[in-house]
Amino acid sequence: MSSADLISESVAKQAAEARAHLDEHTVKTVQWHFDERTGSPFWLGKKRELKFDPLRDVKCFDDLKKFPLFEDDWLRGGPISRWVPQGHAGKPVYVFETGGTTGTPKSRMVIEDHWKDYELFSETLPDKYFPKGSNWLMLGPSGPRRLRLAIEHLAQFRGGICFCIDLDPRWVIKLIKKGWMEHLEEYKKHCIDQAVTILTSGHDIKCMFATPKLLEGLGEALEQRGTSIQEIGITGIFSGGTEFTPQWTRFAVEEMLGGPVEEGGVFMTPTYGNTLMGLACGKPISKADGYKISYYAPQPRAVTEVVSFDDDSQLVGYGETGRVKLYTLTDEFFVPGFLERDEGEREAPYDTYPWDGVSGVRPYHKLASSTTVGVY
Amino acid sequence: MITLSPLRWGKPYESLDFIDVVHFDTGEPIAKIGTVGGGVVTRDLRQAEKARDALLEVPIAELIRMCGQAAELFQSADLPVGDKLQSVDDFVHQQSASTGLPEHMCRSNMQKNAFVLANMEQILRCLTRGLDLSILSRGYGDEGRGAIVSFQAQTPILGAVLPNNSPGVHTLWLPAIPLQIGLALKPGSQEPWTPYRMISAFIQAGVPAAAFALYPGGHDTGGALLAKCSRSMIFGSAQTLAQHAGNPRVQAHGPGFSKILLGDDVVDDWESFLDVMVESVVVNSGRGCINCSGIWASRHTREIAAAIAKRIGPIDVTSPQDPEAKLAAFSNPAMAEGTYAMIKQDLAEPGVTDMTAEYGDKLIVRKHCAYLRPMVLHADSPDRGVAMKEYMFPFVSVVECPQQEMLRRIGPTLIGTVITRDQKFIDAAARCVEIDRLNVGPIPTSRLNWLQPHEGNIIDFLYRSRAYQIAEVPAPLTASR
Repeated sequence: MSSADLISESVAKQAAEARAHLDEHTVKTVQWHFDERTGSPFWLGKKRELKFDPLRDVKCFDDLKKFPLFEDDWLRGGPISRWVPQGHAGKPVYVFETGGTTGTPKSRMVIEDHWKDYELFSETLPDKYFPKGSNWLMLGPSGPRRLRLAIEHLAQFRGGICFCIDLDPRWVIKLIKKGWMEHLEEYKKHCIDQAVTILTSGHDIKCMFATPKLLEGLGEALEQRGTSIQEIGITGIFSGGTEFTPQWTRFAVEEMLGGPVEEGGVFMTPTYGNTLMGLACGKPISKADGYKISYYAPQPRAVTEVVSFDDDSQLVGYGETGRVKLYTLTDEFFVPGFLERDEGEREAPYDTYPWDGVSGVRPYHKLASSTTVGVY
Repeated sequence: MITLSPLRWGKPYESLDFIDVVHFDTGEPIAKIGTVGGGVVTRDLRQAEKARDALLEVPIAELIRMCGQAAELFQSADLPVGDKLQSVDDFVHQQSASTGLPEHMCRSNMQKNAFVLANMEQILRCLTRGLDLSILSRGYGDEGRGAIVSFQAQTPILGAVLPNNSPGVHTLWLPAIPLQIGLALKPGSQEPWTPYRMISAFIQAGVPAAAFALYPGGHDTGGALLAKCSRSMIFGSAQTLAQHAGNPRVQAHGPGFSKILLGDDVVDDWESFLDVMVESVVVNSGRGCINCSGIWASRHTREIAAAIAKRIGPIDVTSPQDPEAKLAAFSNPAMAEGTYAMIKQDLAEPGVTDMTAEYGDKLIVRKHCAYLRPMVLHADSPDRGVAMKEYMFPFVSVVECPQQEMLRRIGPTLIGTVITRDQKFIDAAARCVEIDRLNVGPIPTSRLNWLQPHEGNIIDFLYRSRAYQIAEVPAPLTASR
């Protein structure tokens, strides 16, 4: 199908403007990261290995393809300070980790990116379901995770207070690998019990983040107590995880959240993200659309592409399947193309997000068997 | 292409997620299965009592009659399966195409399942030692000995995480229905055919549809089933067995390590038992837990191994439609390659010999599948690692071991065929707790008498015998005033 069939004239115009903005933002970001005065020791060191001069030769977003692919193994081990742009020297720095079940985890430094990403995300949340000033529950991983602080900031940014649970995802992965399924079930109960305690303690919580599995567990626990997510007072949920399938979404909407939001059910919005990129927003889900889940990155701060399995420099056609490639273009962190462990279908721009999206995100089929999905 | 949908207590559910069932040799999709996650399972299992309630509405005698009718329908009728009407031939083609089992083996497994259904009354009589089955429905009763007996159902439903590649194992869950226990099954992704067809046959025979749930899905789905059912079965590897060991809620079925033991009194006459040994190793492509993986004798072991090798070593890959086909494909080639790598390690140990070496290549790899041709290994001692191995193709180790050490060394043995006239050896075998099913005499390990329990009595698994006392409640005192 040609893009003209999928994209209206007005969206095409918006898309062209967004692209021009992305090109401009790309050049500015590259100038920042490769300038001797502002760049990080890591990228200034890498610059010497490149066969081109990023300061001179990157004139648009597509020029990022001149860079070798970002390798997330570069993020293992220290010193973490090599990633801090000198232009931000002296500012307080957070470190967020991914995975880390065995060996040295991958670390990403952050100064304010997680705040900015979630402030932008906040604009996409409907106040009707995520009322300003209401309190939040963060039903997800604790520890050195970006998500935990980001959700807390989101709650505070919207004038609320965030309640959290203790959840160590590394222990969860170990339980699964050891085959200790009874322990896994007990640990999940332990996490859900904490959430139920918070929700039933009079804190007037209306909004929450939850991973699909934990949301499912919470729904079950509340129903066993004769109540439900809806009855306990939750009106808006944002959820994330690669196991977020249309079928799961349908189950959640139809059987757990009191039906479609138009019929009085709890509002749920899916998101897709990681420590490298931040988070991509979901196009509103509907039964009419087969509960299809499409994500759009917060361009120009981050970009997702769906590229050919055989050639990561080639985009697949709209509706076609490929591997998810992401870019991070903030003044704190620079990722000029990273092949995610996920695949999906390329989605066309639309008026809310006039740039490419990705739908049907799932583990990349060649890596799927080695991917362990935990409770979160 | 046929589409199979999840079944939620008798109601088909149109899933939005599908997996393809592919042809083992061509990789072409032959069916689509709608899947559900653990959330749906968990939610449905909260209503499990309704499945049993629906079955309790039908007397056990009537359910047994329906089983007989279901047996007939299963093996001869066109039945609604998924979104198509499925004939017997369709079933056989589909099962063979997805599992790699030759078609005649699919027919044979079909007959085995139908046999168990058709003979349910006798099977239950034997499994319950002649109990009046209405006692199971009512929960208690009098067997005429002046004392109440009581059997309490431990679960309203039986859950089962079914295997991908062994269509014969479905006999194990069939008795649940006439025992008025509902079924929640997770079909194997390559062998959804038997559970779907069987449940269709049950429903067509009049068993309440509300008694059945089918949940195709991934690990999450199976995990939810095992976590939420009070009683469930799982089929898997030795690791699966270890994972569920000691868990009274889960009956795990895995490798059988079934064996034939030749007594010293008959071993010099071993040629008389060659047919029994060959059948035990090779039937059903050696895929089952009831196939013989070890033959133990104190002498003549090299000659025995060579004779078996001569009979099964030349077996080669043929078309699945060949009525003489003896080999099933591994629909996942990596599994065959991994198995062969393990056997090569077994062979690296001094004292282990490949007696089938002269019969050509063993590992046959194709684009979408692989085959392993029969192998017979000789082990000069039970100390060799291969003496305790079982692989999913016609494979056997012939182990040299003094008779007085055998029962101490054989390890877990699902079926133990002990060929001897030596009463002391027979008595010792009867006492040996490593042997689950004991065959005394030249009975192939693969020939089961379905009137006897297999790997644990399902009655003991689903019901608990307990005390139940009754006393008349005196009339209220207020009434007599």
